Amino acid sequence: MGLYFLCIVLFCVGLYGVLRKRNIVKMIIGLAIMNYSISMFFVLLGYKFHGRAPIESQDQVITNMVDPLPQALVLTSIVIALAVMALLIAVAIRIYERYGTFDITKIKKLKG
Amino acid sequence: MGAINIIPLFVVIPLGAAFIIALFGKFIKRFSDIAAFVTSLGLLACSGYMMMSLQNAPGKLLVYKIGGWAPPFGICLVVDGLSVFISSIISLIGFFVTVYSIAYMEKYTDKSKFFTLFFLMVCGMNGAIITGDIFNLFVFLEIASIASYALVAFGTGHEELEASFKYAIIGSVASCFIFMGIAFLYGFTSTLNMADMARVLSYKQGGMLAPFVGVLFLMGFGLKSALMPFHAWLPDAHSSAPAPVSAMLSGVLIKALGVYSILRIFFNILGATQVFLSALMFLSVVSIVIGGILSLSQWNLKRLMAYSSIGQIGYILLGIGLGTPLGIFGALFHLFNHSIMKSLLFLTAGSIDYAGGGRDLRDMSGIARKMPFTMKSNMIASMAVSGIPPFGGFFSKLIIIIACIQKGHVGYGACAVIGSILTLSAYMKAQKFAFFGDIKDSLKNIKDAPWLMKFSMGALALFCVISGLMLLPGMRIFISDAVQVVLKGTSYSSIILEAALR
Repeated sequence: MGLYFLCIVLFCVGLYGVLRKRNIVKMIIGLAIMNYSISMFFVLLGYKFHGRAPIESQDQVITNMVDPLPQALVLTSIVIALAVMALLIAVAIRIYERYGTFDITKIKKLKG
Repeated sequence: MGAINIIPLFVVIPLGAAFIIALFGKFIKRFSDIAAFVTSLGLLACSGYMMMSLQNAPGKLLVYKIGGWAPPFGICLVVDGLSVFISSIISLIGFFVTVYSIAYMEKYTDKSKFFTLFFLMVCGMNGAIITGDIFNLFVFLEIASIASYALVAFGTGHEELEASFKYAIIGSVASCFIFMGIAFLYGFTSTLNMADMARVLSYKQGGMLAPFVGVLFLMGFGLKSALMPFHAWLPDAHSSAPAPVSAMLSGVLIKALGVYSILRIFFNILGATQVFLSALMFLSVVSIVIGGILSLSQWNLKRLMAYSSIGQIGYILLGIGLGTPLGIFGALFHLFNHSIMKSLLFLTAGSIDYAGGGRDLRDMSGIARKMPFTMKSNMIASMAVSGIPPFGGFFSKLIIIIACIQKGHVGYGACAVIGSILTLSAYMKAQKFAFFGDIKDSLKNIKDAPWLMKFSMGALALFCVISGLMLLPGMRIFISDAVQVVLKGTSYSSIILEAALR
């Protein structure tokens, strides 16, 4: 029970990073922490007591294994997070070329 | 080839086109233009064929099992009245925006990459509306969102990059909330198929699960559909993007991803409780009034239209929040009308930008004499959005207001009328400053738009004028089918599961 709660705490840590940090790169790191904490939560949901890894082997008869479906979904989600992160970092590099700073309080051309 | 086998083509055609254009677009001249035109025409034909064949299907439902695996083990693609209604909007507006952008994107570099990202976005939207599996919906949502983050930054100027970064961060936080909601739902029901999930939720008592997951989804999909107070990314993103991207984003993406997902998840899976519907109605009325007020004070033409988008999405969600058949009919009809009208408005703003007029209302005046076609299209779209009688927007807003008063919420109906007046005044301000008056010296040499852009704008203006005809009994059936899907609620799942076993 405590493990699930810790995952949500990690999610809130990431959310704090996105909301309160001024540097663009720190916001991106906060977003990465959020993504990974949710992936961890999802994998933990599939855990069964005394379960073993869901990997097929030739000579063993497998009676109890943890749920493999969340693991497949988390693989997909990690790839999606990777794509978003790559795009965000590319945009951050271009912002530094244009504005000369990573500070989000100084990147304020669009107002109103 | 039966209609069921055509269903995966909605995803396959734009995905294949995106990669082929990326491979060959640079080497063969004009290849990307022709390939884009053929692809969007093919999508339009698919969606029209699907609409016709849905009328003859048993139970007005078509289920395609991917790989032959029956649900709940496999992913199934479900096409019903609501999906085919929104897919027809996506195909129609996608076709006209593609034709427009063949001419407009000459001013930008790398047109082939633009079409790649554009068709990836269309593939994501199409996939999200035809899927019957909740994690598949999340994956397609992400495909469309990532493509749109890149499209907003396409010009790589100062403002585009800032707007794209803001949009990307806020959109990714929304996706995290949605993923958390999906995780909780999977942990409780142990299935990912939407119909199966509805079946399990109906007999397993969840206690506080359904409201908690409902709040998470409302935050996530509210961010995607720009409901107040989650609207902060929309004015920047839609005003800095190139004009065809703004038309696609504001006209289709926020509806296909945001409003459709709210409809599907809250009405067909979780069950729409009165608490949730009241919260939705309150937030949408706040959207209508504040969107109208904020759009009055804008001097950037596209920013004015973007704030007005927030207000109109408020109308759609107000109709949905009412929950009555008339309310949902008005909401879906307004969704159709607003897609056409808002796309046309952004395309005319792009035409002014293409001719050299810029985007600030203080810099332009008197364009009407030099660009009469653009002025007429803009006038038609502005009158339609504000709700002036023979255009379609009037009928949809009237139905929503009547449905409000029928349910007894007279205050909300009065706020909807006030929102309409504010919209009218905002667009009249745009018209006065942009088109009428004496022509400025810097604008003396501008010409009207090229014929490809005129074709798109003219066709969309024609649709604006005749969209009131959707209320005729023969045409009304398309919207009524969609309303039936929403109203059936959680009992819809048994129909899908039984159709899948056939």
